[in-house]
Amino acid sequence: MADLTTEQIEKVITDSLISFGANAEDINRDAELAALDIDSLDLAELSQIIEEHFGVELTSADVAEITTVGDAIDLVAERG
Amino acid sequence: MTEVVVTGIGAITPLGLGAATLHERWAAGVCGIEDGEGRCREFVATDHLSVKEARRADRFTQLALVASVEALTDAGWGEELPYEATRIGSMIGTGIGGIGTIEANDRAMFEHGPKHVSPLAVPLMMGNAAAAAVSMRHGLRGPSFGTVSACSSGADAIGTAMRAIKYGDALAVVAGGAEAALTPLSRAAFGALDALSVSGISRPFDARRDGFVMGEGAGVLVLENGDAAQARGARVLAVLRGYGATADAHHVTAPHPTGEGAAAAIARALEDAGVQPSEIVYVNAHGTSTPLNDRAETTALKTALGEHAKTIPVSSTKSAIGHLLGAGGAVEAAATILALRAALIPPTLGWAERDPDLDLDYVPDRARPLDLSEGRRPIAISNSFGFGGHNAVLCLEAR
Repeated sequence: MADLTTEQIEKVITDSLISFGANAEDINRDAELAALDIDSLDLAELSQIIEEHFGVELTSADVAEITTVGDAIDLVAERG
Repeated sequence: MTEVVVTGIGAITPLGLGAATLHERWAAGVCGIEDGEGRCREFVATDHLSVKEARRADRFTQLALVASVEALTDAGWGEELPYEATRIGSMIGTGIGGIGTIEANDRAMFEHGPKHVSPLAVPLMMGNAAAAAVSMRHGLRGPSFGTVSACSSGADAIGTAMRAIKYGDALAVVAGGAEAALTPLSRAAFGALDALSVSGISRPFDARRDGFVMGEGAGVLVLENGDAAQARGARVLAVLRGYGATADAHHVTAPHPTGEGAAAAIARALEDAGVQPSEIVYVNAHGTSTPLNDRAETTALKTALGEHAKTIPVSSTKSAIGHLLGAGGAVEAAATILALRAALIPPTLGWAERDPDLDLDYVPDRARPLDLSEGRRPIAISNSFGFGGHNAVLCLEAR
């Protein structure tokens, strides 16, 4: 899936984190997922949403590498 | 042996939010059933729970969580738990568990494929989810599990909790039941069994009764070791005097026609409580409004209580809220305590036509003051019976 813009990815990820219960105002590229109270179950859901939207399949090993919101966006952009 | 006391009560029912609402509205003759179902219409999970907490819980667990918050607050448990956390348990029964979650994920799988099944499916659907959520919400680290005995689940959770406290495994247990099975599959399944009321009216013990009306909700009690509760200066609402549990070993859905298993459970609860049938001033019946249950239960009460059965008022909470399945026993234990404390027996709503074989005093029409003359004490039993032949009876005395 080419032509993925960072903005598109950022929007899907941000919306997902908000739906998981994170505060919108706390979400930025540098925010750590743990600080947003995002845990392994949320990341499993996020992986599903990312695959659904962008066709990018993330393994649990990939997800384990994600620390910040920016990490997640970059990883999808790189694979997309 | 130490007493087990009730220090807090919480309930979310089709009559509204809160245990006091349940008692007040039922006693006033309000019926929470609409369009043939007892839905908790006033309950919106996110009014009480964070987004995260709400989406990590099936509706049955959401109901249990909110009822548990009410119960702990009622017990005067603040930010700090009154006992060491590993000595406080969490036991919440359910008949079915997260069936709404199962149905939603089943649909997603068949419509879109297995990759669309949520990672939250298992933690939401599992029958122990409410017990686990209550434990996590309040930091309770003692024994924690769900009880599963269909419509006796809530009563069995409370009885089991009582035993855990008496044995010394716990100083307190947050115990109750929760159910949220107003879903298409569950409706169809109970309907296929011919168990549901065609008229959509819950009128236990009435000659016209034609099945039960499904309801949803949760009831939670805070049970404490009586000595420990006294030492912390707790307000005691009631004493859980006794618990009796038996099985019919007869049929998977039908009660034993003579109610012998139910009678044995009542007798056992009274024996456990050290209470004579003559001391019982109120029976909160299982009273489902099915032809078979109400007949068998009437027979069981006569067997267990003898000549006293005909003079003891018997009413069914299900006439006001429907059948809350695994939550029923817990909500009804709460309703029983509140009735005893208010010295006011709420009526069996809708009862008007006598079935010739059902000849007890079913408290028709309106609430009736409890007869506490001649030094009688506010002691009652609450019956719960479940598919599978489970019988669980609690004996309660208000303080």
